[in-house]
Amino acid sequence: MTNVPIEGMLLPNEKPNHESPGNWKEYFSFSTDHKVIGIQYLVTSFFFFLVGGIFAMVMRGELMTPESDLVDRTVYNGMFTMHGTVMLFLWTFPSLVGFANYLVPLMIGARDMAFPRLNAVAFWMVPVVGIIMMGSFFIPGGPAQAGWWSYPPVSLQNPTGNLINGQVLWLLAVAISGVSSIMGAVNFVTTIVKMRAPGMGFFRMPLFVWAVFSAQIIQLFGLPALTAGAVMLLLDLTVGTAFFDPAKGGNPVMFEHYFWFYSHPAVYVIILPIFGIFSEIFPVYSRKPLFGYKVVAVSSILIAIVSGIVWVHHMYVSGTPGWMRLIFMLTTMFVSVPTGIKVFAWVATIWGGKLRLNTPMLFALGGLIMFVFAGITGIMLSSVPVDVHVNNTYFVVGHFHYVLYGTVTMGLYAAIYHWFPKMTGRMYSESWGKIHFWLAFIGTNLNFLPMHPLGLQGMLRRVASYAPEYQFWNVIASLGGFLLGISTLPFIFNMVISWMQGEKAPDNPWRAIGLEWMVSSPPPVENFEEIPIIISEPYGYGKSEPLTANLSNHNPD
Amino acid sequence: MDSYINSPESHHASAEHTHDEEGNKMFGFIVFLLSESVIFLSFFAGYAIYKTTTPNWLPAGVSGLEIKDPTINTIILVASSFVIYLAERALQRHDLVKFRLFLLTTMAMGTYFLVGQAIEWNGLDFGFTTGVFGGTFYLLTGFHGLHVFTGILLQSIILVRSFIPGNYETGHFGVNATSLFWHFVDVIWIILFILIYVWQ
Repeated sequence: MTNVPIEGMLLPNEKPNHESPGNWKEYFSFSTDHKVIGIQYLVTSFFFFLVGGIFAMVMRGELMTPESDLVDRTVYNGMFTMHGTVMLFLWTFPSLVGFANYLVPLMIGARDMAFPRLNAVAFWMVPVVGIIMMGSFFIPGGPAQAGWWSYPPVSLQNPTGNLINGQVLWLLAVAISGVSSIMGAVNFVTTIVKMRAPGMGFFRMPLFVWAVFSAQIIQLFGLPALTAGAVMLLLDLTVGTAFFDPAKGGNPVMFEHYFWFYSHPAVYVIILPIFGIFSEIFPVYSRKPLFGYKVVAVSSILIAIVSGIVWVHHMYVSGTPGWMRLIFMLTTMFVSVPTGIKVFAWVATIWGGKLRLNTPMLFALGGLIMFVFAGITGIMLSSVPVDVHVNNTYFVVGHFHYVLYGTVTMGLYAAIYHWFPKMTGRMYSESWGKIHFWLAFIGTNLNFLPMHPLGLQGMLRRVASYAPEYQFWNVIASLGGFLLGISTLPFIFNMVISWMQGEKAPDNPWRAIGLEWMVSSPPPVENFEEIPIIISEPYGYGKSEPLTANLSNHNPD
Repeated sequence: MDSYINSPESHHASAEHTHDEEGNKMFGFIVFLLSESVIFLSFFAGYAIYKTTTPNWLPAGVSGLEIKDPTINTIILVASSFVIYLAERALQRHDLVKFRLFLLTTMAMGTYFLVGQAIEWNGLDFGFTTGVFGGTFYLLTGFHGLHVFTGILLQSIILVRSFIPGNYETGHFGVNATSLFWHFVDVIWIILFILIYVWQ
């Protein structure tokens, strides 16, 4: 074999730097290695997940009794606002960006992201967002209290009269988070379009890459709308413009349009990568090719497109005319078609497979079950009459927690366990992993299932006190919530101990086919000694010659 | 620096792509501009909805906007897009003198536009906080003006860089991106002009 030098390449005798980031200090530095940045995202977002979880524990503590007796109502309002915001902007978004960062270049056979410095800058904005948001607890008036959606005119109230108040800081943090996400989206889309290894056509990309691609396109075209709305709200709050202030002739419903035009598709920004993770995990632990690969890939793009025309379903009761509600009811229901295709494909993949119920598979299966449940309540909510009945009740809270905890967080746990050996070069403990799974699975259902009957009975969300007849289900939900809180302990213990002194992991412990498993664990700095040539579709499990790539460093001749 | 190494099967056509860094940058920049255009579209959509649904759209005492001076401004800005194109062409021919000349002309036209807008703002009878009309007017024109200012800043950077010997012999990403940005700012202005000044 001979290497023919081409423009911009290393000379044949010059080896790229192939040492892994062995020093822990690198994870605290301004690194441009996508793998270091990926882990930085994951660890930072997990820290904020714990913070958001503590807020949830306080709220569930408050809701153990009908009276508002544990915390002040202002604190409670700040808690639910911050819980929602932290979990979305500082846990689910950045953690998935973390996985995308770590995996996308490896999966497409690239040495790094297209713009490594931009990537690092985008990451370092996340702690800044966190500091600004959490800092609002220490200023007069406390944090934002208008809920994570910050509807005016409630969000325009400023009892302290200070220019810098919790709501202003909240908007600033959201804006910075938006800038970071746009940077990330430009980087991901460019990387995926321009930096795939030779032979990797779009229909040879792993489904996680498809999912990230679709999700980042939503970011690019949805996020600017939220930014526009946030800028206008910020101006209303600070300069005194009249965009959303009804007292000055403004229209508060306009904010809802700006907000939901992005924030509904944002759900798919979170859930699509989880679908991608499921699509990576099910074939490996079922030892079967993914059923209907191309259809599943295209369904991600379809979800991204349809997601842009469903936002008004959040506004059925905001004075939306009947004909418009009908249109948005139908488009919303239509999302279930590409989503259903995916669920069908996963079930068909698992069906008759040789299942290995390791921790990642357990979490993925648990997540899938809860997603199916969330999908059913989602279709119920898309229907105007049902939505009008349960609008702003705990039924809605239960639905989206099945999505965001039951599916997204469970999917994230599946991903963490699945790629842990690759990222750290160590194996995690299966038994601790299984303890974690069962605590989390039972905790999730105990916590969020009772919210559905509560909502149907009429219990409103965002309240610190409630009628005594709601107490039974609230106590069950709170106990489930505490169980969920406890479930993170074996996880943290497992991760820390295994990373420090776990058994050394082989390069490919799951005998998976993806490109990321063909390099050492953890992968070297520039990923591939030589860029692989892709010679088949992914997911060839069980096929006679499941070759995905031709890596010359694995094939010495 | 990233680099590609040809694999054993380098004779295969698909294996022969290089890591095209300039191409990546340009692609990334176009993607960014697409995203940026959605912010403007959001503001435009907001303006149109506000205009058609707000009772008492114009503040008391304001009958409308003067269109003459903004029209001249528009012509200058649109013309400057052709001038920066000429600058780009001159650079392709390695004619640095003409490149700088056309670039300076573009910057002068952009500055004329900004000054014209400042004079217009100064003479208006309503402010940023005068109802939804005032808010949307200043938000749209101000946000666009910020982009014009950014464009002039980018132009001054590539102008200064053109004095570094050999700088533009390796690649023109900075020049192409600045030029593209300027065309983008122009197209946005045309839509904005029609929306605010023509449709009154």
